[in-house]
Amino acid sequence: MTQLEDLQRIASEETERRQGCRHRLCVCIAAGCVSSHSDQVQASLTNEVKRRGLEGQVEVRPVGCMGLCSAGPLVQEETSGVLYQHVRQEDAAEILDSLDAKPVERLRCDSGQPFFRRQQKIVLENSGVINPHRIEDYIAAGGYEALVQALTSMKPMEVVEEVIRSGLRGRGGGGYPTGLKWSTVAKAGGDKKYVVCNADEGDPGAFMDRAVLESDPHRVLEGMAIAGYATGADMGYVYIRAEYPLAIAHLRTAIRQAKKMDLLGNSICGTRFNFDVELRLGAGAFVCGEETALIASIEGGRGQPRPRPPYPAQSGLWGKSTLINNVETFANIAPIIRRGGDWFASIGTAKSKGTKVFALAGKIRNTGLIEVPMGVTLREIVFDIGGGIPGGHRFKAVQTGGPSGGCIPEQHLDMPVDYDSLREIGSIMGSGGMIVIDETSSMVDVAKYFMEFCMSESCGKCIPCRVGTHHMHGLLEKILEGHASAADVAQLEALCDMVMHTSLCGLGITAPNPVLSTLRHFRGEYEGLLQPAGGNGHASPSPAGGA
Amino acid sequence: MSKAKVATVWLDGCSGCHMSFLDMDERLAGLASKIDLVYSPLVDTKDFPEMADVTLVEGAVSSTDDLEKIRKVRAHTRILVSLGDCAVTSNVPAMRNRFPVQAVMDRAYRENAQLNPQTPAEVVPALLGKSIPVHEVVAVDVFIPGCPPSADTIHFAVSELLEGRVPDLSSRTRFGI
Amino acid sequence: MAAPVKVVTLCIDGRDVSGREGETVLEVARQSGIEIPTLCHMDGLEPVGACRLCLVEVTGQARLQPACVTQVSEGMQVATVTDRLRTYRRMILEMLFSERNHVCSVCVSNGHCELQDLAQSEGLTHIGLRYRYPTLSVDASHERYVIDHNRCVLCTRCVRVCDEIEGAHTWDVMARGIDSQVITDLAEPWGHSDSCTSCGKCVHVCPTGAIVEKGKSVAEMAKRAKFLPYLSMMREEW
Ligand SMILES: Cc1cc2nc3c(=O)[nH]c(=O)nc-3n(C[C@H](O)[C@H](O)[C@H](O)COP(=O)(O)O)c2cc1C
Ligand code: SF4
Ligand code: SF4
Ligand code: SF4
Ligand code: FES
Repeated sequence: MTQLEDLQRIASEETERRQGCRHRLCVCIAAGCVSSHSDQVQASLTNEVKRRGLEGQVEVRPVGCMGLCSAGPLVQEETSGVLYQHVRQEDAAEILDSLDAKPVERLRCDSGQPFFRRQQKIVLENSGVINPHRIEDYIAAGGYEALVQALTSMKPMEVVEEVIRSGLRGRGGGGYPTGLKWSTVAKAGGDKKYVVCNADEGDPGAFMDRAVLESDPHRVLEGMAIAGYATGADMGYVYIRAEYPLAIAHLRTAIRQAKKMDLLGNSICGTRFNFDVELRLGAGAFVCGEETALIASIEGGRGQPRPRPPYPAQSGLWGKSTLINNVETFANIAPIIRRGGDWFASIGTAKSKGTKVFALAGKIRNTGLIEVPMGVTLREIVFDIGGGIPGGHRFKAVQTGGPSGGCIPEQHLDMPVDYDSLREIGSIMGSGGMIVIDETSSMVDVAKYFMEFCMSESCGKCIPCRVGTHHMHGLLEKILEGHASAADVAQLEALCDMVMHTSLCGLGITAPNPVLSTLRHFRGEYEGLLQPAGGNGHASPSPAGGA
Repeated sequence: MSKAKVATVWLDGCSGCHMSFLDMDERLAGLASKIDLVYSPLVDTKDFPEMADVTLVEGAVSSTDDLEKIRKVRAHTRILVSLGDCAVTSNVPAMRNRFPVQAVMDRAYRENAQLNPQTPAEVVPALLGKSIPVHEVVAVDVFIPGCPPSADTIHFAVSELLEGRVPDLSSRTRFGI
Repeated sequence: MAAPVKVVTLCIDGRDVSGREGETVLEVARQSGIEIPTLCHMDGLEPVGACRLCLVEVTGQARLQPACVTQVSEGMQVATVTDRLRTYRRMILEMLFSERNHVCSVCVSNGHCELQDLAQSEGLTHIGLRYRYPTLSVDASHERYVIDHNRCVLCTRCVRVCDEIEGAHTWDVMARGIDSQVITDLAEPWGHSDSCTSCGKCVHVCPTGAIVEKGKSVAEMAKRAKFLPYLSMMREEW
């Protein structure tokens, strides 16, 4: 039985244990750094500590993502805040030598640079700080306090109201008000309800949810359990893509630990609230992130969307009322309950509250993971936090929202980043992928890339998306090859209009967005590739042997 | 009033559409008072006129010859009509499109040849990579689907065009009739 | 006694019509003699809302709504024929003709084909999209029937009738996107299927010349899709 006091005891024990160590070296073991062998760095640091007999004085702690993935492997000395980049296993001795002396200049990464200073962390507050393998670390950082607080001192409807008050909107792409969704499920009848965490994260270039799950898995579990309490569900599923083995492993450990401490399972914290969580692995189909396809997939069927209504909140898993939220949405819940909806609502803009995690990628100096308050400008993200464009090239556009989003040109760089402003200029917030494009890339090529993605990820159920994405892709190819005429662009636009208005699910509905937004802001690039309008604008058919 | 200059062209088709045209029988005589058949496989004229008012095209565009011909016809025609499924959809000629041209040629001139198997290099115009509908090569103004469209349909379409109207054929013909 | 049925009144294409609560726009429209084109829909099978031909405009709804799955509600205003809908419907049909290999003039279903009929009724005179000419197979391994993937429009009627009515679930769909294909059992030749009962239901619900009886020549394959509502009705009454 876990009470608030138990949590506090665990927290203070943990803090004490930590303070016993004079130095604490945090090594990132999230996927980005692991891919540049941070696991070897961790091992050699641990060996070096052992060899020198410094156990108990120097702690080598695996932690989650610190954000600046492009500089990995990253190692931070916690007490001094000194940050090292591109660390190799051979550097272990030198780093240990430096602990009571001067930092290793050769490896230093400026932790005061705008990349770190300009961020504001709620979702990622523990990422890169706590050991994701240890529930005690999470508890020491205030973890599970919100759950215990909700269970012991709030009515379910009060929890829902707190979420409504926070103004939180879904982070999975649609931006639907989270509190409203929770209250729909809470009010729905039925003997059984479910909570589902959408960790399918299929957009190319997006890795926000992966980082959260790898770095701070308990935070998501806690959010789900609070949601279960608020809505009256006793079963939760995390639908996660099988390509995320590390996140899966961390989640599995976390679930086991939480159950052992009565923070999941039956009679949580000695109350009458039961909530169990299981994982369901997806096979990496983008469309399975769409909520009705995801439900079909969990049920063991073919991962294809179905028409809505009914919405999952009315009829979801096995026909029962089901709450589906994104990883990052759940990751915001515990802080909202702990610190109050009003606190959360004080961050961000009028209609977009809180922060947003973005995965910065493309032609930008600092690629990695960032969290910023809603309403910062794109310019701040790209040029301050992101450090601008490398190689002396000029900025051209930033792509947000992945295959469902659009490209934003330079003249809109000072626009605040929030759901509504982005939509206004033809893009979307999306789940948080942000790809910077410089002058060396062709925008038509960018549009083709995303269309290719949509075409190969279309589930094939409805005709507009199944066949329309194929034809739009073919036309983009034709334009890029220089064989197209103005008539082809007109046909492309007609297809965009038709596919977005007639497709069954969000994949098809938004698939034309990258084309439409590049046509809107970079039409000249398309026109520059067209054949001069010769005669009736018909291009030559391929000669024998071709095509 | 001068008579309308009408032409018909035969590309890659079975000539069924032209047969259907002839099937208009006695109505042809009626038409003859309104039109001059200025160019057609059915008449002797060798040269396409400077400007035809209406040209009916039978057949898909399958060879370099077809391609050249249809481009020239388009340039010298006011209203170009795709007559029949081969012109409109490329129909049966398109059934070869799933195979490489060489395989099609080998099948026709070598594998199935009884005497002297050889691929022709002259006289027979080179095939395009695919047989395609006329409107993929030049702009087409009116489409008359059907395999073949009936004489009634053709008569109706031509009469409407002569009256300056765009024929509405949806209740009269369809693909594959 | 069952609960009294609630009647709702709505307006379709300017006509005041009434239907029962829970009925779809399509059902009510058809009862009132208003035709809405459909392809994936079939009375007696679970609707899937996949072909999008039946999309209609509903006042107050930002998105077009598929009539086959949209339930009627009091005061609803529906338009089933607008320029925009007509354009979209024609494009959907163009997409189907361009997607696979349809050669009506030599097809066994010529003259008895729902796709062909739709093209005619929607005034589709030609295909503006490039044909794909995919290489697709014909499976004639079954003793009595043939599946010609060149003519399949992926409406999944065969899948549903086999699962929902016959209870065999021989048919399913494999792969995704433009590569989707209906399969028998685990993509084995139909003739080797252990689950197929040779009942022929898929043949008669298939709207095109994709699933047909063996030995039919051009234009000979007429289907008897009307058996299905009759069968469903008989089952309900018994
Ligand atoms: C094609 C497609 C893919 C999607 N992929 C994801 C995804 O990977 N993760 C996610 O959270 N939501 C995804 N969504 C959105 C979900 O359908 C759903 O709206 C979301 O999970 C709701 O959670 P939220 O309200 O917290 O954002 C996707 C939607 C579509 C149409
Ligand atoms: S829009 Fe695309 S992904 Fe969605 S149901 Fe249609 S085919 Fe499937
Ligand atoms: S299935 Fe229908 S549309 Fe396709 S070729 Fe046969 S008759 Fe024509
Ligand atoms: S085989 Fe026929 S019934 Fe089955 S999906 Fe294809 S067109 Fe529809
Ligand atoms: S009939 Fe409604 S979507 Fe196909």
